[in-house]
Amino acid sequence: MTSFEFTREAFSDVFGRMLDRYAVHGPKRFLGRGRFADKDLIKYAKLAALDELELEEKSYMSPKSLVFPPDETMFYFTGQEFTEAPEEAEGEIIVFLRPCDINGFRRLDAMFLENGGVRDLYYLRRRERLRFFMIECVESFDNCFCVSMKSNVAEDYSAALRFDGDMVYVEVKDDSFSPLFLDGASSDFTPDFVRENRKRVKVPDVDEMPPEMFTHPMWDEYDHRCIACGRCNTSCVTCTCFSVRDLFYTDSRQSGERRRLWDGCHLDGFTEMAGGASYRERRGERMRYKAFHKIYDFRKRFGYDMCVGCGRCDDACPEYISFAECINRVSAALRGGDGR
Amino acid sequence: MKENPYRPFPAEITCIRPESDCEFTITVAASAEMTPGQFFQVSLPRVGEAPISISDFGDDWIQFTVRAVGKLTNALQDLCTGEKLFIRGPYGNGFPMGILAGSNLIIAAGGSGVAPVRPLIKRGMDGRLLVRSLQVLAGFKSKEGLLFSEELEECRSCGRGTITIDRPQEGWCGSTGLITEHIRALSLEDPSDVQFVIVGPPVMMKYSVAEALELGVPEDRIWVSFERLMSCGLGKCGHCKIDSTYICLDGPVFSYSRAAGLID
Repeated sequence: MTSFEFTREAFSDVFGRMLDRYAVHGPKRFLGRGRFADKDLIKYAKLAALDELELEEKSYMSPKSLVFPPDETMFYFTGQEFTEAPEEAEGEIIVFLRPCDINGFRRLDAMFLENGGVRDLYYLRRRERLRFFMIECVESFDNCFCVSMKSNVAEDYSAALRFDGDMVYVEVKDDSFSPLFLDGASSDFTPDFVRENRKRVKVPDVDEMPPEMFTHPMWDEYDHRCIACGRCNTSCVTCTCFSVRDLFYTDSRQSGERRRLWDGCHLDGFTEMAGGASYRERRGERMRYKAFHKIYDFRKRFGYDMCVGCGRCDDACPEYISFAECINRVSAALRGGDGR
Repeated sequence: MKENPYRPFPAEITCIRPESDCEFTITVAASAEMTPGQFFQVSLPRVGEAPISISDFGDDWIQFTVRAVGKLTNALQDLCTGEKLFIRGPYGNGFPMGILAGSNLIIAAGGSGVAPVRPLIKRGMDGRLLVRSLQVLAGFKSKEGLLFSEELEECRSCGRGTITIDRPQEGWCGSTGLITEHIRALSLEDPSDVQFVIVGPPVMMKYSVAEALELGVPEDRIWVSFERLMSCGLGKCGHCKIDSTYICLDGPVFSYSRAAGLID
């Protein structure tokens, strides 16, 4: 591992050289596109210059769409012929992201590449192109609780970067990227990680969730507060649920596509079967289902929690439901409290 | 793309047989290793894909019995012999054939739940599944909804089956009453020495299991099969997850001792 340092101006040139060889993605600010008037939207997008890399605010959406787009064609149909959707492009993609999101990708890998012993090749071919450039993250944003979720530290990255005023420090782990940085001054930089969040959660430490927790009155409140918009699912870096839908082109009914689309356990219709039977009609039940998946079920299957504590669900909820608070309530209820 | 697990293969339809007013059985020419209780993801391009359980199979054919209640199943109804059905699978664990072999096997199925247990019934009847005794209880809403009537009648006529409809109906001289009543009326020599398979709509399964438990059948000798919405059959899409269990991977067949702890 070698480290380098640059002035921001010099690093801007390095960034330019990156763009010559790689597609570069990172959090980007879209002026005036936020949820409220005069608010900006921060989301992952292709970057055209270093100045587009947003470092001041958390991104509203996670980088998961790089491997799991909201809408992805799986097959094209011509009559009875199935043709696999070709890869959009080839070549490596550099992604600037924070440690929680790198840990989020670990969880996406678990679902798409490990669960059931089957590898999802649509995911894999996108995933194989990604190279992580970790943005050092030593200070929490609002609603972050990565330390409690043990996902504040990440090791799976090609390079780590500190943006410190006029200086940029880089630690290079993947030697194939070293040539990019050779004109930087040598440095002893290694990335730090946030060690304390303002938000802390107590993750329930139980091997078996007691059955009474499934029907605990603490969930009733969410029946009224949750509006089943699914923003917590779509903004979550670890939500992987999807539905597969076929469509045909109106100008040529013999041609069409099979697509997969993001779906979410908070949304109506998520469990609805032909004939109308469905499960978890109540929104509180959906909240319980999601919460247990993120902090209990997944751990039973994979040995670590699904939630990485990025707090995007709390940022996104229009009803100001706090998932962090929900986790604390579960722990409190397990200790015999009323879930408050 | 090598080994894309989502790519179905075309299977030619060799027969479509109506079963009831809205149910029909499609036979396709295809061969695959499978076991009763498993399912396939069945699709038609531009219409959609859905999990459908195997209602019987042989070396080079598979049957699916379908109720026309959704987008795909309605479209399946319009297919003709010689056309192609697109399938991938089989998925799921299927019934525990090793455990059922040699047992006093009781199968209680309701409505379209008879379809997934039909391979069990047929194998139990013709000796491919060797059992000490076989008892089949098949319940339907009405005589119009009866499935596999000839096969079930054969079962009944040799004293190994009961076919019941919920309420008496003109032109029906067979058994009536809910299947739960018929489970309650079973006289079991040793309830701890049976294997009890229960498949049907959720409400039917719930109360049938309760009756079986009441008879004294141990939880780990009751087998149920779950039906859930699925988009993949591979443990990816998330629709069929209950707790840490994926119905498509770990099920759809569970012993009740495990199923009892699954809370949707």
